[in-house]
Amino acid sequence: MKLFISLLAVLVLIILPLILVANGGDSIRYLFGVIVPYVGIAVFLFGIIYRVLHWARSPVPFRIVTTCGQQRSLPWIKSSKLENPHTIWGVLGRMLLEVLCFRSLFRNTKVELHEGPKLAYGADKWLWAAGLAFHWSLLIIFLRHFKYFAEPVPYFVTVIQNLDGFFQVGLPILYITDIIVVVALTYIFLRRVFVPQVRYISLPADYFALFLLLGITISGIVVRYFFKTDIVGVKELGTGLLSFHPVVPASIGVSFFIHLFLVSCLLMYFPFSKLMHMGGVFLSPTRNLVNNSRAKRHINPWNYPVKVHTYEEYEDEFREVMRAAGLPLEKE
Amino acid sequence: MAEKILPPEELGRVDYSPPKKSWMDPKVEFRKGTFNYGAVPSSTSYLDLPFSRKWQPTDDDWQLPDNWKEIILNGLKDRLKKYRSLKVFMDICVRCGACADKCHFYIGSGDPKNMPVLRAELLRSVYRNDFTTAGKLLGKLAGGRKLTKEIIKEWFYYFYQCTECRRCSVFCPYGIDTAEITMMGRELLNLLGLDIDWITTPAANCFRTGNHLGIQPHGFKDSVEFAVDDLEEITGIRVEAPINKKGAEVLFIVPSADYFGDPHYFGFLGYLALLHEIGLDYTFSTFASEGGNFGLFHSAEMMKRLNAKMYMEAKRLGVKWILGGECGHMWRVIHQYMDTVNGPADFLEVPVSPITGTRFEHAASTKMIHIAEFTADLIKHGKLNLDKSRNDQWRVTFHDSCNPARAMGLLEEPRFILNSVCNHFYEMPENTIREQTFCCGSGAGLGTDENFEMRMRGGLPRANAVKYVQEQHDVNMLCCICAIDKATLPPLMDYWVPGIQVGALHELVGNALVMKGEKERVTDMRSNPLPGKEVTVDA
Ligand code: SF4
Ligand code: SF4
Repeated sequence: MKLFISLLAVLVLIILPLILVANGGDSIRYLFGVIVPYVGIAVFLFGIIYRVLHWARSPVPFRIVTTCGQQRSLPWIKSSKLENPHTIWGVLGRMLLEVLCFRSLFRNTKVELHEGPKLAYGADKWLWAAGLAFHWSLLIIFLRHFKYFAEPVPYFVTVIQNLDGFFQVGLPILYITDIIVVVALTYIFLRRVFVPQVRYISLPADYFALFLLLGITISGIVVRYFFKTDIVGVKELGTGLLSFHPVVPASIGVSFFIHLFLVSCLLMYFPFSKLMHMGGVFLSPTRNLVNNSRAKRHINPWNYPVKVHTYEEYEDEFREVMRAAGLPLEKE
Repeated sequence: MAEKILPPEELGRVDYSPPKKSWMDPKVEFRKGTFNYGAVPSSTSYLDLPFSRKWQPTDDDWQLPDNWKEIILNGLKDRLKKYRSLKVFMDICVRCGACADKCHFYIGSGDPKNMPVLRAELLRSVYRNDFTTAGKLLGKLAGGRKLTKEIIKEWFYYFYQCTECRRCSVFCPYGIDTAEITMMGRELLNLLGLDIDWITTPAANCFRTGNHLGIQPHGFKDSVEFAVDDLEEITGIRVEAPINKKGAEVLFIVPSADYFGDPHYFGFLGYLALLHEIGLDYTFSTFASEGGNFGLFHSAEMMKRLNAKMYMEAKRLGVKWILGGECGHMWRVIHQYMDTVNGPADFLEVPVSPITGTRFEHAASTKMIHIAEFTADLIKHGKLNLDKSRNDQWRVTFHDSCNPARAMGLLEEPRFILNSVCNHFYEMPENTIREQTFCCGSGAGLGTDENFEMRMRGGLPRANAVKYVQEQHDVNMLCCICAIDKATLPPLMDYWVPGIQVGALHELVGNALVMKGEKERVTDMRSNPLPGKEVTVDA
């Protein structure tokens, strides 16, 4: 049910440009080629900034690090600089490992309960592998797309592109990342559908994000390998958008508009969805703080006085028994 | 054991397949053995908590105040403003499920709402419904749930089925800490007067008498004197154990169970022996006679109210620094909160061991160190004469308590000490120790008799790992540095792994410590005969 609603939503997003652009005139092409992408980019940028600022507006009252290794205490005990950082450099390393290598997900285990009862914990790296493959491929694909926006094509883009097309299979050359991204997304999707626990916790939004991303990658592949859309025209559109002199060349086909529209939708959806984990991971206090709360005082901006029980009140209540027990008193 | 419970073979058959009904349905059944009783009015009113009343979770009508909805939503709004963690955690979970089978309560119960991700979703769904645009527009389709009284009951059930152990947070790719979400959930419930007795009554006791058990000053003195007598019997040495002594160098604060509970007490004897042997100038305090802090399981405010005594008393007595005993959540508070909420402790000095001269720079601001840090330093400097063979009756494994492991990283100090005081030390499997350690299943105020079944379920992963080393290495002693563990692991062991004793780290230190001028020891701290010293009765 949740799955179908999401699938339906993405299908609508595909059919919309399909019907409108195919039957519409120049103004419709302008709408889908220029206006919608601009709106997408604007919503994306402002949305992300808004969300990050919105998070940052709330303070971090306590230093609640999740420590995953030995603390720094005595000089002869080796502390874990990355898993339990006591310097800002350690935190930086920890965050880099987290963001670039998905360190925490790498720990993943799967529990098995056998008769007895007997519990066993096996390493389960599939989610980590698929997650990492997906995110890295997406990044590379994203960077590759710079060639449609910049003239001359930046050097690093050419390098990435050459590496990505290293195997020189097919014409146009098949990019490895195109395959990886689809395979990884498919795995993540199947996992969500077939692992009962994961299906149980899934919301429509979880499927929607997956279908949207699958729609984008597949439409991109279709545009490139099957319809072989006019690359020159696409580049004209891209550079035009970037230089704020947009033109929509007549040579661009409908399939490309579908791809572009889905990307625009993703951009608009991104800041208001769980996809914001991209920004959130940097702000997660359990990972981005130094575990030095005993060495350096952490300030809570809203720390307020509370009602406490003072020693005087305590002694007033227990003076007699304290005296009888021979305990020293403040007031005899 | 107050309630009837299934035999282990049956309880250990857990079904992990999710039920038909969607998790969005909040209905819960308060089944005997799986929840905690409501707080008694005398305790809630003593602490000036709102809506103090007689109440039980099994009641149909929870007598919520008329504006209960407003209170919760405002409370949530307020906390979103105060805690970036909460805000971020509400927004960025991708429901990948990596945390799902990391929670001991899920492993032991199979109840999907005990997966950390769903535990958080219980609150998150209400957040989405009332605080996000998508939720306001799309409601259920966007994963939102309208707040109902049923949801309040559901929260109560599941936020008191989380021991705030933070194991899930180790595995989450974004570090989402469900323990913090549970804490927020409990704070919200407390706003409606929905407290549990096992947290509130100890907190009220602690506020009044200085310790959770409600021991008054003369009772404290009696306990300590009792221990001094016992230690004299074992070692032949009469130690001094000063109380409320002004001008001592060090204030020593231990969890109250250490001087009142069993097997904690044997560790307490170990402390007394150790501190006497090195000649530390220290004092106990009757006013700060509790290291633990059940306020932490209630609310940040209650935590601060109870914790205040430590610095107040250190100041009054004029000590230089504070030493803390073996306790888990106590150290969570000291390490992560104390200086922030009740500091700065500028009237104290950076802790320096008068025996080794070590300056404990890592506690330069809080001015409080853990006794495992202190003892490890002593041993490293060769200041203690230790006879490991006096622990040969024990084949030991070590349980990392959640808080020292995941909120401090106190991992090597106890291991170094163990390796110095006993000959037979074996680690449990690596997925069950250090930062991946499993909770005892009874922390965060859930260690009650009425909650026995849930405790045994939650403790299954820990017990199972102990069983493994029992089978592999004949382990018979589960050593730990947490007062809650010492109270709740013994019944857990009896249930799942009979034949395992639970003991304090400093019990083993006390056994091994050769004291100057001691008599020939024939018993250990438990007053059981030492290996080779058993009295044989002639026929
Ligand atoms: S591991 Fe983290 S992101 Fe994944 S479901 Fe659990 S809390 Fe959410
Ligand atoms: S903090 Fe511990 S008890 Fe709570 S959800 Fe996470 S793993 Fe479970």
